[in-house]
Amino acid sequence: MAYFILKRIVQSVFVMVAVAFLAFSLFRFVGDPITQMTGVETSIEDQERLREELGLNDPFISQFLRFTREMLQGDFGFSYRTRQPVANMIADRIPATLELGVVALIISLLVGVPAGVYTALKPRGVLSQTILMTTLVGVSIPTFVIGIMLIFIFGVQLGWLPTFGRGGTVAIGNWDSSFFTLNGWRALLLPAITLGVYQLTLTMRLVRAEMMEVMRSDYIRFAMARGVPMRRLHYKHALRNTMVPVITIVGLQFGGVIAFSIVTESVFQWPGMGLLFLESIRFVDIPVMGVYLVVIAFFFVLVNLVVDLALRGHRSTPSN
Amino acid sequence: MSAFLKKYEGLWLFLHSPAAIIAAAVAALIVFGAVFASWIALVNPYDLASFSLFDGLLPPVWQDGANSKYLLGTDDQGRDMISSILYGARLSLIIGLSALAIAAVLGVGLGLAAGYYGGRFDVVVMRIADVQLALPAILTALLIDGIARGILPQAIQQELRVMVLTLAIALSLWVNFARTARASTFVEMNKEYVQAAIMMGQRPLRVMFVHILPNILGPLLVIMTVDLASAILLEATLSFLGIGLPADSPSLGTLIRIGMQFLLSGEWWILWIPTLVLVALVVSINILGDFLRDIFNPRLR
Repeated sequence: MAYFILKRIVQSVFVMVAVAFLAFSLFRFVGDPITQMTGVETSIEDQERLREELGLNDPFISQFLRFTREMLQGDFGFSYRTRQPVANMIADRIPATLELGVVALIISLLVGVPAGVYTALKPRGVLSQTILMTTLVGVSIPTFVIGIMLIFIFGVQLGWLPTFGRGGTVAIGNWDSSFFTLNGWRALLLPAITLGVYQLTLTMRLVRAEMMEVMRSDYIRFAMARGVPMRRLHYKHALRNTMVPVITIVGLQFGGVIAFSIVTESVFQWPGMGLLFLESIRFVDIPVMGVYLVVIAFFFVLVNLVVDLALRGHRSTPSN
Repeated sequence: MSAFLKKYEGLWLFLHSPAAIIAAAVAALIVFGAVFASWIALVNPYDLASFSLFDGLLPPVWQDGANSKYLLGTDDQGRDMISSILYGARLSLIIGLSALAIAAVLGVGLGLAAGYYGGRFDVVVMRIADVQLALPAILTALLIDGIARGILPQAIQQELRVMVLTLAIALSLWVNFARTARASTFVEMNKEYVQAAIMMGQRPLRVMFVHILPNILGPLLVIMTVDLASAILLEATLSFLGIGLPADSPSLGTLIRIGMQFLLSGEWWILWIPTLVLVALVVSINILGDFLRDIFNPRLR
């Protein structure tokens, strides 16, 4: 067990170092940092002095180590575009994206799990076939089209919900939350559904597949033979064993939700990290791009690690 | 007789699946329109001289105020919608298919080699795949696009847009191929025909591509259809985000982005017709992919 935990932590650190290296290479080799920081009127001598002061003439490895050390201390450098510390820019945007992601994930679970169970237990039913067909179409419709459709129906035609921005937020310390105002919830609803739909179909298909697999297994057949009531069998025996892989995938999906929020945030002009990342790509704002990458990878690796360790006690998974 | 049945089983199943037939027909129609776009289309949307602003914002023929010359209406620049969509679909398909081809060659090559040689090479390839999987495809593609913007000089960026976009999509899709090819190769490696070929002293490349590859094509074909849909979606998404293709050489995604400006006004056709075509194309490909998976994996049927 201790060996497993250690191994997983080493793996996670390896991924983080690889991503940090990628971010550093971006910063160092895509465009010259000095030309980005200085204007046209800066003399060559001044540029060279700045280069020396910033340590850009040092060996590559020592530059990378310094970069990593500064990152660990929370010093993420300055944006080329706004000249502000990247750490502040990202920190301002994190609450919006996380709240959006969490609500989207909850929506996908609340709808996806029951739908998956139902379609697994009644695979030939008309309703099941309809649900399956709908999800196939759902997977094929790009996220941005779903967003546009929701804006069109609920924002433009019916006029029920706002179509852009975050609405009212309440600051709790440094965290701007939209959970505490009606206005905030109204603004959150459409983007969260948009982001949740794709995850919903994945969750549903996964629950369905796992449930069907479990229903075929020996212990279920044995329980059936023993005369355990069907309802109890389905929900107590089968569903419980289905949930293990589902939890794993939901954990993995969270990273995807955060990344896919780029598209949703763009459609709804939601002021989160994704929108910031898009702006930084458009303006080739390398420091922001690099830090976004590291932050996303960190969320992803952390969630994976926690899910893995939490499930380890439940059953022995092949650690590959 | 049974050999005959086996050979035509796929065809029989196809003819008895209405969804697959409709999907194939829709996909074929869009592909046909895209391939012959320059003959079918009324105007060339890339050629500014071929359309006029005076024809701008005309609705489709069944609405009042339409010009019967433009069956599905025109956009604000006066471009015929049908022509834009045909050329847009052509660009989307070209980018999607080339990205898929690059991803397949790269992924299958690496996967086969990883499965064949195993050991350190396998570990390195799979670790790279792990890191790549930690970043969703859309993020990888955006990142590669951003890097290209930083590295390439401004002057040639516009010309290389299509290539950069294709490469960005290809590099974010190869992992699926590599993992599937590797897993299947591992299984095949234990079979006698592969062992015999190796024992006879055949070169590794020959064993990989002549003996193993034909036997693992089934699952790869399924990945291919699913990934073709992903590639087209990725391209559309990137273009929609304004990162992909510029407005003067519109793909389906770019057309939808342009159409977004008309969401609040009455010109619904500029937004919804390209959207419908994109969704129809991707849904058809996905249905065909599902169908193929059922054929190659009878246990799930």
